[in-house]
Amino acid sequence: MRCSKFFPLFVSAVSATILMGCGSGSSTDSGESGTINIDGSSTVYPITEAIAEEFRTVSPDVRVTIGISGTGGGFKKFARGETVISDASRPIKDSEAKACQENNITYVELTVAYDGLAVVVNKENDWATSLTAEELKKIWEPAAQETIVKWNQIRPEFPDEDLSLLGPGTASGTFDYFTEAIVGESGASRGDYMPSEDDHVLVQGVAGNKYALGFFGLAYYQENADRLKLVAVDGGNGPILPSLNTVKNGEYTPLSRPIFIYVSNEGAKRPEVVKFVEFYLQNAANLVTDVGYIPLPNQEYQTQLEKFRTFVQESQV
Amino acid sequence: MSRHLRNRIQDLIFKYLGIVSTSVGILLLAVFIGSILKDGLGRIDWEFLTNLPSRKAENAGILTAWAGSLWLFVMTAVISIPVGVAAGIYLEEYSVKNRFSSMLEVNITNLAGVPSVIYGILGLEIFVRTMRFGGSLLAGACTLALLILPIIIVATREAIKAVPSTIKEASFGMGATKWQTLRYQILPAAGGGIATGIILALSRAIGETAPVIVIGALAYVPFVPKGPMDEFTVLPIQIFNWTSRPDPAFITNAAAGIIILLGVTFLLNGIAVYLRYRWQKKVSW
Repeated sequence: MRCSKFFPLFVSAVSATILMGCGSGSSTDSGESGTINIDGSSTVYPITEAIAEEFRTVSPDVRVTIGISGTGGGFKKFARGETVISDASRPIKDSEAKACQENNITYVELTVAYDGLAVVVNKENDWATSLTAEELKKIWEPAAQETIVKWNQIRPEFPDEDLSLLGPGTASGTFDYFTEAIVGESGASRGDYMPSEDDHVLVQGVAGNKYALGFFGLAYYQENADRLKLVAVDGGNGPILPSLNTVKNGEYTPLSRPIFIYVSNEGAKRPEVVKFVEFYLQNAANLVTDVGYIPLPNQEYQTQLEKFRTFVQESQV
Repeated sequence: MSRHLRNRIQDLIFKYLGIVSTSVGILLLAVFIGSILKDGLGRIDWEFLTNLPSRKAENAGILTAWAGSLWLFVMTAVISIPVGVAAGIYLEEYSVKNRFSSMLEVNITNLAGVPSVIYGILGLEIFVRTMRFGGSLLAGACTLALLILPIIIVATREAIKAVPSTIKEASFGMGATKWQTLRYQILPAAGGGIATGIILALSRAIGETAPVIVIGALAYVPFVPKGPMDEFTVLPIQIFNWTSRPDPAFITNAAAGIIILLGVTFLLNGIAVYLRYRWQKKVSW
């Protein structure tokens, strides 16, 4: 093993480090101010960032830090007690819940906003105004690979032209979510589309090709609405265009989802964390729209707030 | 065709091939720098350098990012330079040549080619979890120090090797000990090369994103780190984070951040060139 050959050097590196570490005054979490450590989904990040930024004006001495390890990575830290709040673009998995349980960490799940996916085509595309969930599945399922390559294979009246597909890369949560909602299995997709982790590339790609079709977060569509055309999605109740209202009232299915934050019992025992989460739920309605997501109805935030307050009380024991 | 003419033609062909190869690299760099400057230069002002992160692109600044990068740079240097140089000197001057030491050499050279994210995973397990540094500057600096140690070791050895053996023999001939020879002859002569290696390694370290993300460097840090145990963010993470935002104004911010990062790297390389020049002037036998 390479490491073992390197060991003498490694030991000296480590001992140098320990000496350094001892000399330094380490910061602690105690006191009035405190640090709130948050990590998790990069989808939820912009919302939590906006809240943390506004929270600075209310409690300037509380230090809020936010990481972007992804929903899964965030829950790993959350279960170890390294963070008190976890950003999540999906509900916690059984295995993650079990890891929390093993470390005596209880938590509350709070819905903070909705995230919608937009299916988009080129501005000059005048045929695909709406697609059914079935048709989207036919386009994107693994069996479509090298088989569904022309527009008229989706619907006979569509033009006999090459279909050019774009979407987020397999590492993104958006990809997981789209495949789960459309194909029925997270991660199951054809491989012969043009993937990019950079949504700007997807916007460019669809805006530049008359026969392109792509999908990404609704926020990206809103920023580039003048260059793209939105496709209405028919999830069984007629074609629905994604919008603030149709996502909020649940009409736009299956491509909209709630996103969450999780707060641990350790967090609920600390006044600055409680203050932050209350601030979060009280101000989310305005700030969520600012960063391109869709807020819950107002009374729903009230419900989440009550849910949180109950959890805080239970955690004081 | 005469042999003479053919040789001349071959010579010309090679010359133009060389010019083309050189200009490909320079042109690409020029296009890259040009487009970045065009996108981001207008965004750089005092506020951009001193503001905290923000959801509004026009208010967002890189204070905590460059402060984190600077902290990380200094701490990585403090850890990696003594260890790396000492290891290089040992391997070149003291170690007995046997199978173990040659295996050590091959492995250190190999380590220089291990992808940086692997060091991140190593750092996460050892520094963040086992040694309980958490996602602190110290854990980041240790990880980056590990990452660049092989480069510093190899550079140190190469620099020492380049010192003529006659100098060493003359020193021994005058009755100097090994340490005296090292201290007064070899190190001064090799110093420029070692310094260059160190600075090139360190400028690689401040451009790294993957390993620091793995060990838990954050995206949103609204305070300048005050000590080695503080959480931190760095310029490459801030840039990476901005490029993934829907609002195109963040792309401009990212371009501006890249200019700052490039500027820091150029500055460091400039210092390396200057140090080497100063050092070489001082050495006279």
